[in-house]
Amino acid sequence: MNSKDPKAKGVNRRQFLADSAKAACGVGAFGLGLGLYSNSAKSLPSSAIRPPGAGAEADFLGACVRCGLCVRDCPYDTLKLAKLGEKVPVGTPYFVAREVPCEMCDDIPCVPACPTGALDPKLTNIDDARMGLAVLIDHETCLNFLGLRCDVCYRVCPVIDKAITLDIIANTRTKKHAIFLPTVHSDHCTGCGKCERSCVLETSAIRVLPHEVAKGAIGKHYKLGWKEKEKKGESLIKGQGIFDMPDRLPTPRIAK
Amino acid sequence: MIDRSYTPGKDAIVENGWYRAHKWLIARRLSQVIFLALFLVGPITGYWLVKGTLSSSLTFDFLPLTDPHVLVQSLFAGHDIKTDAIIGAVIVVVAYVLFGGRTYCSWVCPINLVTDVANWGRQKLQLKGGVQFSRKTRYWVMAVTLIVSAATGVIVWEMVNPITLLHRALIFGMGVAWAAVLAVFLFDLFVSRRGWCSHLCPVGAFYGLIGKLSFLRVSAVKRSACNNCMDCYAVCPEPQVITPALKGADKNVGPIITASECTNCGRCIDVCAPDVFKFTTRFDTGEVEAEKSVAAMEEAA
Repeated sequence: MNSKDPKAKGVNRRQFLADSAKAACGVGAFGLGLGLYSNSAKSLPSSAIRPPGAGAEADFLGACVRCGLCVRDCPYDTLKLAKLGEKVPVGTPYFVAREVPCEMCDDIPCVPACPTGALDPKLTNIDDARMGLAVLIDHETCLNFLGLRCDVCYRVCPVIDKAITLDIIANTRTKKHAIFLPTVHSDHCTGCGKCERSCVLETSAIRVLPHEVAKGAIGKHYKLGWKEKEKKGESLIKGQGIFDMPDRLPTPRIAK
Repeated sequence: MIDRSYTPGKDAIVENGWYRAHKWLIARRLSQVIFLALFLVGPITGYWLVKGTLSSSLTFDFLPLTDPHVLVQSLFAGHDIKTDAIIGAVIVVVAYVLFGGRTYCSWVCPINLVTDVANWGRQKLQLKGGVQFSRKTRYWVMAVTLIVSAATGVIVWEMVNPITLLHRALIFGMGVAWAAVLAVFLFDLFVSRRGWCSHLCPVGAFYGLIGKLSFLRVSAVKRSACNNCMDCYAVCPEPQVITPALKGADKNVGPIITASECTNCGRCIDVCAPDVFKFTTRFDTGEVEAEKSVAAMEEAA
């Protein structure tokens, strides 16, 4: 407008730069806040379990549009959408095993319902689902662990004898009985939560936890001799003889 | 300065009757209620017309629809999106290219009811002043939603988006979502006039970009009849879009409102006593031809 008046033009440019800086700073601060909030909201309480086919939490939140279609197609009303104010990221689907566990439908209707693939469409066999991992978390209250026979978590397991087995160990309290220890196997446990739901205790001694919470890692360098032997079909040191380590008898100390 | 104590559209009521002076407003409210009802019929009656929410839905177990802004964020977050959602978003984009991007804002979005009530309250209470943001802020906010999505790997706007917060709350259960909606209401009522929808909302900004190509437009087709009552400016949520079309005759600018910020709410059509505005297409050259012929006649005379 005032291209002939250099003064006015300078002021305009200054004004423009000032305004741009303000806008940039304001929006930048907003963006940082949004980023920090989204980062802190990424954490999921361990009692909240994602539907079958959901990937790691960080991937899931980049894929889930929070539409609720999986919730609608869940025939057992297991899944629900997090409401604002709950600890689960708002609008995302989850279930609480102690309330309503996953019934492990053969056709997994929640997965094809997902429009974005946040629930992986490649999951077609529900036994391959890994929603979490059941852990016998409290040895002090589990009835089986006390030497009684409850077995309920074992009996209700949809993958019985694979995901949960009863391992017999000696009862050191009575010194003559056995303990039938419910033992979860991560190769087969889908994390459906039926064991947690049906634990007869007031508060469940077995709980489904996220894998990263539930699993240890043995370390890649670690070799288990009996497994290596199984793999090879024979002893790894067969034919090499047994090392004869030098024997040393205790020698009396000689007082100086 | 517009005196906000007066009621815009009075002349139109006298001139055209109450019904015609509220026609598009009524249609719009009906549309907003119907769109919400479509989602609510299922949860209430068990007969499912539409499943899901505004972020993604499935109509009659057949038609997928997905919010393109949400999908683009997911793309930026690095997710490999399944075809259903992509098809859904393409259908939505095509629909809004035809009917005007921000038609979503005024005919579908449930937050519009909230901010319209806030603006009405602002007028009735004659509240003035407050913070004014640049109308371009929303585009920056939109860019930020994409950048932060890329940086965090999270569809970031869906953590705070009041549109889907409200919509989801109505369909799946309220929680404390009312607080977020109340915040938007109070913001528009006391802090910033038309602050949310017309200045900050990145969803509206995104639909605005889609609407750049929109087929459906409002045109100041009888702009020569304008009596400068300013009622259209008073009711318009984006009054800056009116001027080029309404006052552009001298500058050889066509009468069609081409700015993508126009929400196609049609309220200007309602409140105009001399019936300057009407819905038409962006290719409508009727008025230009008419103006030319008038000019030709004047020249001949």
